[in-house]
Amino acid sequence: MDQSNSTIKVRGLTKSFKDLKVLTGIELEVKRGTVLALLGPNGAGKTTTIRILSTLLRPDGGDAFIDGHSVVKEPDKVRASIGLTGQYAAVDEYLTGRENLEMMGRLYHLSRADAKIRGEELLEQFDLEKAATRTVKTYSGGMRRRLDLAASLIATPPVLFLDEPTTGLDPRSRLAMWGIIEQLVEADVTILLTTQQLEEADMLADRIAVLDHGRIIVEGTSDELKAKVGKERLELTIRKDNYEKAIQLLGGEVVQKDPQRHLVSIATSGTVHEIKRVLEKMEAATIEVESMSVHKPTLDDVFLQFTGHGAEANQNTEELTNA
Amino acid sequence: MKILTYKTRQVKAQEHSSFYWLINDLSVFIERSLKHIFKNKDQLLGLTVQPIMFMMLFRYVFGGAINTGGTTYVNFLVAGILIQSVAFGALTTSLSVATDLQRGIIERFKSLPTVSWGVLMGHVSADLVRNILQSVIMIGVGMLVGFRPTASVTDWFAIAGLILLFTFAISWVAAIMGLVAKTIEAVQWLGFFIIFPFTFASAAFAPTDSMPYALRLFAENQPVTHIIEAVRALMIGTPVGNHIVLSIIWFTGITIIAIPIASYLFRQYSGR
Repeated sequence: MDQSNSTIKVRGLTKSFKDLKVLTGIELEVKRGTVLALLGPNGAGKTTTIRILSTLLRPDGGDAFIDGHSVVKEPDKVRASIGLTGQYAAVDEYLTGRENLEMMGRLYHLSRADAKIRGEELLEQFDLEKAATRTVKTYSGGMRRRLDLAASLIATPPVLFLDEPTTGLDPRSRLAMWGIIEQLVEADVTILLTTQQLEEADMLADRIAVLDHGRIIVEGTSDELKAKVGKERLELTIRKDNYEKAIQLLGGEVVQKDPQRHLVSIATSGTVHEIKRVLEKMEAATIEVESMSVHKPTLDDVFLQFTGHGAEANQNTEELTNA
Repeated sequence: MKILTYKTRQVKAQEHSSFYWLINDLSVFIERSLKHIFKNKDQLLGLTVQPIMFMMLFRYVFGGAINTGGTTYVNFLVAGILIQSVAFGALTTSLSVATDLQRGIIERFKSLPTVSWGVLMGHVSADLVRNILQSVIMIGVGMLVGFRPTASVTDWFAIAGLILLFTFAISWVAAIMGLVAKTIEAVQWLGFFIIFPFTFASAAFAPTDSMPYALRLFAENQPVTHIIEAVRALMIGTPVGNHIVLSIIWFTGITIIAIPIASYLFRQYSGR
């Protein structure tokens, strides 16, 4: 047993597939009732990490402790305290929604009565009551994912792993999924989720760990990460013959310029007041601004900042892992 | 979205012996696979229509051209077509396993505090039930088109026992094929290459003495022929020889080897 107030503790996790090093020493801690988002591009090792933490895969080195139990030495105890929802809705197509939930409840070793009651509760909460007696084959993508998540909640596990919970969902289903996750956190569930979207990590997570080439390159709260990456940027397109004048006028405020497309970016807090100030300044100097836009820092910015390459760079690795 | 009541109803896993959970988990998986028989329309169709069509094809199209000596062709045919259907029926296990792998549901089962290889046991058990149903249908249809068995009640029990043993053994082999193939498309090819030669290069549809020497040597000594000849002898009283004994040895042996291989492959599987 591991005595610490972190529900998930990961220590020096390594894993290779043949010659390909997928994880090269992952260290993580997630406190009870909080969300950690594992952020990274395809092939960074997110899914491999989740697979090891949910006992599907044995690490080559290191260990992880879930609710005090080692994934290497006590996989059965770990399995009893986790729920796993993967990237694909892993539910039984030929059974109804209700049958799926009851089956999962019984496999989690609930009594038949408890499995039934919990099943009904979840069907209601996940808005699947009307579809309860239909086979899953007839469900939409969003409904399947909701059922999938409901299935991993049936035994109220204290720890939940969500592997890209909203990938492939339409915006409405995505919002619904976010709502559910927020409620789970309020109910003191500890969640580790993976995502490729900075926006999603920002929305849901207490802390964000950025994964690249099998290691955590930076970890912190959303605000800490943003502070490191830089603030929002105001991007202005200036009329061609005013461009030089604009650069001179903005002076030290300029963070990026692109003379070819006569673009100039300046750091901004993104408030209306800020933007108004900049535009008025341009107006007063009779500089014509053709268009403007505000950019939030993206996953790409995080990657550029910490790895010197964009988030797309890991594509090849992913193909290898899936082979 | 309604408010989740996660904490208000905290359910707890029950405390029981591990043997209790073994039986619980296996029965959950068996129940699941049995439900598939009736909910999966393809399975239901394969179970009923296909064997009847094969029966008609051989009885009326090819049958007249095949010389079976003293017995009528339909009497000769039923044992062969029964075993052939059971063997092809086992591919349902391969398909179910491959489907479960592809959909990620096996990964999910493996993350539960459950005897997860029970999922294989479930598919194999469903095969047993399906093949008994299918065999009863086929014998019925056979009787409608002129099949006149001479088997006693004891003989029928022996036939049922042999078919169950054969199904059980072949289904575990099919489970291995599903774990190896991993996709539905690959299962179809693999199944064709393995099941096809064993069922057609046998005494299923024609007596082996009309075959070329090399083929005959294979056909007369391979396990599927033994089980066909054993069932045929029990059904219509052809000479039984040592076919029953050899069938029992072969298919018990195959089962004993196949189960550990299947469970090894299952444990090794760690996702796509």
